[in-house]
Amino acid sequence: MAAVSIRNVKKHFGTTPVIHGVDIEIADGEFTVLVGPSGCGKSTLLRMIAGLEEISAGDIAIGGRVVNDVPPKERDIAMVFQNYALYPHMKVRDNMAFSMLLAKRPKAEIEARVMKAAGILGLDQLLDRYPRQLSGGQRQRVAMGRCIVRDPQVFLFDEPLSNLDAKLRVAMRTELKELHQRLKTTSIYVTHDQIEAMTMADQIVVMRDGIVEQRGRPLELYDHPENIFVAGFIGSPAMNFLPGTLKLGAGAAHVALAEGVTVPAPPKARGENGQKVIYGVRPEHLTMANGTGLPATVVVVEPTGADTQVFARVGGVEITAVFRERHAFHAGETISLAPDAGRSHLFDAESGKTLMEG
Amino acid sequence: MQKLLNNRHFLGLLFMLPAGVLLLVFLTYPLGLGTWLGFTDAKLGREGVWVGFDNFIYLIGDGVAQLSLFNTLFYTAFASVAKFVLGLWLALLLNRNLPFKSFFRAVVLLPFIVPTALSAIAFWWLYDAQFSVISWTLTRMGLITQYIDFLGDPWNARFSAVAANIWRGVPFVAICLLAGLQTISPSLYEAAALDGATPWQRFRWVTLPLLTPIIAVVMTFSVLFTFTDFQLIYVLTRGGPLNATHLMATLSFQRAISGGSLGEGAALATLMIPFLLAAILFSYFGLQRRAWQQGGKD
Ligand SMILES: Nc1ncnc2c1ncn2[C@@H]1O[C@H](COP(=O)(O)OP(=O)(O)O)[C@@H](O)[C@H]1O
Ligand SMILES: [Mg+2]
Repeated sequence: MAAVSIRNVKKHFGTTPVIHGVDIEIADGEFTVLVGPSGCGKSTLLRMIAGLEEISAGDIAIGGRVVNDVPPKERDIAMVFQNYALYPHMKVRDNMAFSMLLAKRPKAEIEARVMKAAGILGLDQLLDRYPRQLSGGQRQRVAMGRCIVRDPQVFLFDEPLSNLDAKLRVAMRTELKELHQRLKTTSIYVTHDQIEAMTMADQIVVMRDGIVEQRGRPLELYDHPENIFVAGFIGSPAMNFLPGTLKLGAGAAHVALAEGVTVPAPPKARGENGQKVIYGVRPEHLTMANGTGLPATVVVVEPTGADTQVFARVGGVEITAVFRERHAFHAGETISLAPDAGRSHLFDAESGKTLMEG
Repeated sequence: MQKLLNNRHFLGLLFMLPAGVLLLVFLTYPLGLGTWLGFTDAKLGREGVWVGFDNFIYLIGDGVAQLSLFNTLFYTAFASVAKFVLGLWLALLLNRNLPFKSFFRAVVLLPFIVPTALSAIAFWWLYDAQFSVISWTLTRMGLITQYIDFLGDPWNARFSAVAANIWRGVPFVAICLLAGLQTISPSLYEAAALDGATPWQRFRWVTLPLLTPIIAVVMTFSVLFTFTDFQLIYVLTRGGPLNATHLMATLSFQRAISGGSLGEGAALATLMIPFLLAAILFSYFGLQRRAWQQGGKD
């Protein structure tokens, strides 16, 4: 196991810059998730850690050793690829043993390690099958097994669950997390799915267009997003954003939204009178109010059984609200939605940065 | 009638009829006729009578026919191995991220596009006893003092013919293997690199096993083409000198058409069939889908 530090790392393919200076510290044994929209450079960063891509500038250190010029096989890392990259012509057993065969380990040790990993992952019955004969979830486990047998310093995962169906994805998510709690190997996990990030990570790194937007514990990102991008990316359904103007002065600070609607400013918000702002509130932080909240026109109601999602229009902007209770609104009806002031957010409209304190 | 037309089996047969007729007329009939001729003493312009195995017995004892068998085997073995090695090497090179990749791929295909007869004539000039560019270059470089008699000496001629055949056949092998290489996912190489494989080990344990199915197909075709080669030899040497480059195909043509002994030539051609069948059977068993290619079974 080892800590990983990424210091001001940049990457360009030819003349196209893809990663523009990224700093990430990953503590020993931590499960870090790199999350961001497709094409933001997550895989590229992961492949630089693995040694599959050259590092254009900056340093990557694994366990205190700068590995920029260390070939992949000497970095003591293992990687699960998005398509698993299992060797199709080798049985599960040989897929898992391949690295040890290359390292010329004694037969008994190889056998023991393969059996141990197979036991952990429940692959005992599948050792003599070929990858073609396995289901998606089983292949995923074999790919994991191939990593585990090597007992590496760091596990790397590149969207390992994206080829599985929704149900299996949730199951494998739990399985991976359990596995990490058991093995405690430093792990770096790439995904575009914020739910995966929220549920699995010790630390989340939100990336966009080759830069890190924010880094922190899952709930830290949820409670204190530093900018509109993170606020909108983390959490599902996504946070509602209402553009407006901050009004200070006499009386309580408030935000004037479009069409004459106003909403109290979050208590911890700091800004100037007249500043253009974006008011943010999560769907789950809206409650029904008796005429004292935001007047909202119902567009669509989606009951899921567990909760009710309401799409409504406030001041010309479409917003989402989620209620634990059941509501039988009908389209066109006007309801009153009260945001939880203590959990609302305020962002500068121009820079997108948070105006919240602390 | 209506009922018949609704019968799947009858309809199936009906639809297969045109293809069946074509096969019969253009493939089975000539093959059958050729084989039958081999059992007769037919001459050009004279219908033959059945003579049983006379032609075959004669040919087996015939020195020139024996030599042609040796030549054919030598030619096929030598050229096929060389084509495989060179083709694989070229394919591996072309599979890399070279600049001007498509240009190089097109260039590699050139020998394949040029008509064989044309390239044979070009080789004929290259090998000419007096005007050979190869000899000229080697002399200029001070490597030889005397022009090489490429086509005049039996062994020189054999190797010269093999070289021309290799030049002509490498593109086919290279392009087919390149296609095979491109079906191998790059992430397998990356996984192997992370597993600690050196470039050679990646080739040995990933590339080669995954390429075997296509190698089997390509090499079967390559062996069949080489074994039955005719054009190149016919233009380049006509089987000479001293029958040193006569292949079974060229000798059969010479005996049957130039020499007029249809029966004898046909018998010689028929003698090629067992070898070809052996090659096909070999690849049939080599080609059988390997266990790892088979689909899922639970
Ligand atoms: N080998 C490459 N050559 C050129 N551009 C590349 C290469 N690999 C990735 N890119 C570009 O780099 C950007 C980031 O890619 P990637 O790291 O795969 O994104 P992500 O994994 O976050 O979806 C993309 O715009 C992609 O087009
Ligand atoms: Mg990716």
